[in-house]
Amino acid sequence: MINMPAPHGGKLIRRIDKNKSIDDMEKIAISKDVAHDLENIAYGVFSPLEGFMCSNDFENVLHHMRLANDLPWTIPIVFDFDGSIKEGDEIALVADNGTAAIFSIEEIYNYDKKEYAEKVFRTTDIAHPGVKKVMEMKQKLAGGKITLVREGKENFDKYYLKPYETRILFKEKGWRDIVAFQTRNVPHIGHEYVQKTALTFVDGIFINPVIGKKKKGDFKDEVILKAYDALIKNYYLKDRAVLAILKTEMRYAGPREAIFHAIVRKNYGCTHFIVGRDHAGVGNYYGPYDAHKIFDEFPDLGITPIFFKSFFFCRKCGSVVNEKICPHEKENHIYYSGTAIRKMLINGEIPPETMMRKEVAEIILSYENPFVD
Amino acid sequence: MSEEKEEKGKYTTVSIPTPLAEKIKKRIEGTGFNSISSYVTYVLRELLASMEEEEEEVFSKEDEEKIKERLRALGYLD
Repeated sequence: MINMPAPHGGKLIRRIDKNKSIDDMEKIAISKDVAHDLENIAYGVFSPLEGFMCSNDFENVLHHMRLANDLPWTIPIVFDFDGSIKEGDEIALVADNGTAAIFSIEEIYNYDKKEYAEKVFRTTDIAHPGVKKVMEMKQKLAGGKITLVREGKENFDKYYLKPYETRILFKEKGWRDIVAFQTRNVPHIGHEYVQKTALTFVDGIFINPVIGKKKKGDFKDEVILKAYDALIKNYYLKDRAVLAILKTEMRYAGPREAIFHAIVRKNYGCTHFIVGRDHAGVGNYYGPYDAHKIFDEFPDLGITPIFFKSFFFCRKCGSVVNEKICPHEKENHIYYSGTAIRKMLINGEIPPETMMRKEVAEIILSYENPFVD
Repeated sequence: MSEEKEEKGKYTTVSIPTPLAEKIKKRIEGTGFNSISSYVTYVLRELLASMEEEEEEVFSKEDEEKIKERLRALGYLD
């Protein structure tokens, strides 16, 4: 009998009641991102959260990177609004994709957007996509528990697994040690080496691309999934890799988001989490390995980070290596530059096999425009 | 620590033997810990987390079979 690691906070949250009616309730339209938050709370992806944060959790997360009960948590999960709802109300939140939930409002509170941005993103520069989003948020926040009454329909439902499903899946596969890989990109050879190096020491890998709002120029969700399908089909053992999506937006909060991503994967039942170079970073807002250092502050995370420096191809070694194992000068190294690979793909060229698997490149090139506009 | 003091009710005092406090003071010299309190907090968090029990999900046989059926239908299980 294999026991999974406990979810964050000790219990997998499930806040679903499909028999409840929202017909007579005041309804508020929500975005797809908020709908994703709702489902993630309801299905325990965000355990131990049971709803949107009240001020005590929000403030504690900003200032201490912990919930009010001292559990590690680094990203605010909040509901912003500018309407007339009040404390004690029960309202229905509904999204275009069909997601519907009841929101029991416990607290309405003010917040300082500048402080939010400074603490979470380490900058107030409006050019940072996370800061921009915070500055565009409405003026008040509402906290309280939610209950999901209807799940939304989306394009990638066949890749959509909930933590109670992955936990059973991992048990059925006989996996005890599971490493999670977070991604928002199509895989190149460097990614494959990171994944396979980690996989060598555990029972299975959970490849978990983020599906949701991304910035212009990122690969489209569908392209990422098809590219990974091709990689796994051709280059992974079927019983060692699972591909499933995480429906949430990228925050680009670098180190803080690395901790958040690790907690979420712990809830799926993973024991290890890969943290690469500039995890969840954007531009030059974070140091390349800040997302490694931050884990030192969390001895109680309950999931083990595996840190990787970038892999590259070394002409002298004749193989894919990293700076910990290659003694040769930089001029022998070919780096897996996302920008360079992107440029080749835009020009309709298949990148060399030392950079990207042919099957992956062909999938990307089969799209007229594989990038987010 | 000054930020800690400012936040009323978020911190409490725990007494430890003075020789132990002295040992900790020496131990944290040149490390990232800026106070005995931050070190003790770190160690206690680590200790308590290591004592967390593994969870055993409780599903009825019927529920578990439904989940496995879905996983098979999606191609995750044979």
